[in-house]
Amino acid sequence: MANPDIAKLEATAREGRVQIIRMLTHAGSGHPGGSLSVIDILTVLYFNRMKYDARNPTWEDRDRFVLSKGHCVPAQYFCMAKAGYFPESLLLTLRKLGSPLQGHPDRMALPGIEAATGSLGQGLSVSIGMALGLKLAGKSARVYCVVGDGESQEGQIWESLMSGPKLGAPDHHLDNLCVVLDYNGIQLDNFVKKILDLEPVVEKIKSFGWPVVDIYGHDIAQIDKALDQAEAIKGAPTFIVAHTVKGKGVSFMENDPEWHGKAPKPNEAVEAIREIVGEPVPAWVEPIIAELLSLEKK
Amino acid sequence: MPAKASRAAFGEALIELGAANERIVTVDADLSKSTMTAKFAKTYPARAFNVGIAESGMIGVAAGLALAGRVPFACSFACFVVGRFETIRVSVAYTNAPVKLVGTHVGVAIGEDGYTQMGLEDMACIRSLPNIPIIQPADESETKQAVAFAVEHDGPLYLRLTRQNLEQVHDSAYRFRFGRADVLRAGSDVTILATGGTVWNSLEAAKKLADGGINAEVINVATVKPLDEDALLLSAGKTGRVVTVEDHSIHGGLGGAVAELLGEVMPTPVKRLGVNGFGESGDAKGLYIKHGLDADGIARSVAKFLNR
Repeated sequence: MANPDIAKLEATAREGRVQIIRMLTHAGSGHPGGSLSVIDILTVLYFNRMKYDARNPTWEDRDRFVLSKGHCVPAQYFCMAKAGYFPESLLLTLRKLGSPLQGHPDRMALPGIEAATGSLGQGLSVSIGMALGLKLAGKSARVYCVVGDGESQEGQIWESLMSGPKLGAPDHHLDNLCVVLDYNGIQLDNFVKKILDLEPVVEKIKSFGWPVVDIYGHDIAQIDKALDQAEAIKGAPTFIVAHTVKGKGVSFMENDPEWHGKAPKPNEAVEAIREIVGEPVPAWVEPIIAELLSLEKK
Repeated sequence: MPAKASRAAFGEALIELGAANERIVTVDADLSKSTMTAKFAKTYPARAFNVGIAESGMIGVAAGLALAGRVPFACSFACFVVGRFETIRVSVAYTNAPVKLVGTHVGVAIGEDGYTQMGLEDMACIRSLPNIPIIQPADESETKQAVAFAVEHDGPLYLRLTRQNLEQVHDSAYRFRFGRADVLRAGSDVTILATGGTVWNSLEAAKKLADGGINAEVINVATVKPLDEDALLLSAGKTGRVVTVEDHSIHGGLGGAVAELLGEVMPTPVKRLGVNGFGESGDAKGLYIKHGLDADGIARSVAKFLNR
C-alpha cells in the first residue's frame, strides 16, 4: 500500500509481542517462538493490507487469511482483537475451557477464522481452493496464507506447491493468492537444518512455477513492499520467503528451540515484556506487568 | 431399469444437476474416468479440476472451494479419499466445510485389483466424525436422488458408491429421504438391514429364506449416518433378531452402528455380515461367496443365526 506508516505498524507489532507473551503466560502453555516470528507479517496483513469488516466477518468480498501454521494463532488473536473482531479481554481466555480462542484456530468457534488449522500442511491446500473459488465467483478478493518452515516438511505442502501455479489454468490463474513462509529455522525438536533441511528453498519453490520474493520478515517496509509485488504479479500466485527469527524481540527466546512450545513463567514474561517495550515502560504496559506479577504470587 | 453402477448414476446425475447449478464443481485426483466425473469434466471443463495423484491436496482444495461458496464433489476411490482421514478430519469436518466427499470402488466387489484398492474401513472412519453424514445408495434411482440431496445439503457429506452394477431395488415411485431407512420387504421373523451393493442380495436371500419358512424383513439403510433409529427399533422390536449386511468391514460400519444403537437402547441379538479381515484379488462373485455376501451365503447365515 502507498506510504505505509512504518512507525505506527512497528508500534502495533510491539504491542502484539507484549500481548502474545501476556496471553501465553495466562494460558500456561502455547507457542511463543513462532508467534513472535510471525507477528510482523500478520501486523502488516491485518493493518495495512487486507480488506475485511470485523463487525461482519463473513462479508463475501473480504480478503481471506489462513494461518496454516496454526500453533502460532496467538499472533492472529492479537491482530483480530486489535482489529475489533472481539474485545481484548478475551485474549486472556486463550486455551481455557469454553473460550472461542482455541489452542489452534477453530473456524466454528471464532468468526473471522477462515479454516481450522494446526494439523500441519493443510492450510495451503485450503487456501488454493479458496483462491480458485473466489475466481470462479468473479470476486476480486485475495487470499493470504502463512506457512511454517517445519510445516513445509509435510507432503501435502508439496502437493499444493505443485498445483498452486497450475490449478484453474487457463481460465483462472490464482494470482489472487499470496503465500508467506515464516522461515524462522526452528521446529519443535530442533533446528530445521538438523531435522530435515528445506534448502535451497527459494530455488525449489521457483522451480514449481511460483514467483518468489525473498525478504527479511521483521522489516515492516520490506513486508509491505513484497505484498505490493505479490498484488502486481499476474498469472500466478506469489510465494514470499520471509526470513525471520524465532522468538524475535525477546533475547532469551531468540533462536532457541526450547521456546518453540513453552509458555513463559510470569517473571520471565515480565522480563520479556520489559525488553520488548524498552525504557521507559509505556503507561499501557504497566498494568500488564502488575497483572503478570500478581500471577506469580498465585 | 437395467442394472447400473452407483458411480455411473452419480456421474449422470452430476451432469444433469450441473446444468442448473453453476456452483457445482468437481475435484479429482486422476481417477475421474473411474469415479465417472470425466463426463462432467468434458461437459463443464471450467468447473472440473484435477489435482493429480494427490488426495490430501484434493480434499484441502475442495474445502477451500466450499468455503468460497462452491459446491465441490471431491472424488476418488473410497480407500484413497478416507485414507486422507486427517485432512478430512480438520479441513472438512472440524472446519465444517460443505465438501461432498465421494468414495467409489467400495468393498470386495471391486474384485481383481485386490485389497489396496478396496474401501473397507471408510464408513468406520467417517462415522467417527461428528458432522459428516454417510449415504450409500442401493440402486440407480436412489443414487440420483442422493446426489441431488448432496447438492442441497448445507454441510459436509460422504457418498459411498459401487464400481459394480446394481440391480434396481426401488420402483419408480420411490423417493429417497435423508436419514430414513426404507422397508423393501416386510417380515416378522428377522430384520435384515442392508446397505449399498448388498441390498439386492439380501432381497434374494429373503426369498430363499421364505422357501424355508423364514419370513425376513429387509430394510435398505441408505443413510448409514445418522441411522433411522425409529425405523430400526420398530423392526427390531417386532422381529427380535437383527442381521446387518454390508460390503465393508464388520467393524464400525453399518453393523457397528446398529449394534451400538441396539446395545444402548434395546438389547437385541445382532449378527454382522461383512468382511472380517483384509480383502484380496479375485472375481467379485467368488469374493462375495467367500465372505458370505451372496444371496445363498446371507440366507445361510440368517438361518443359522435363527437356529433354523
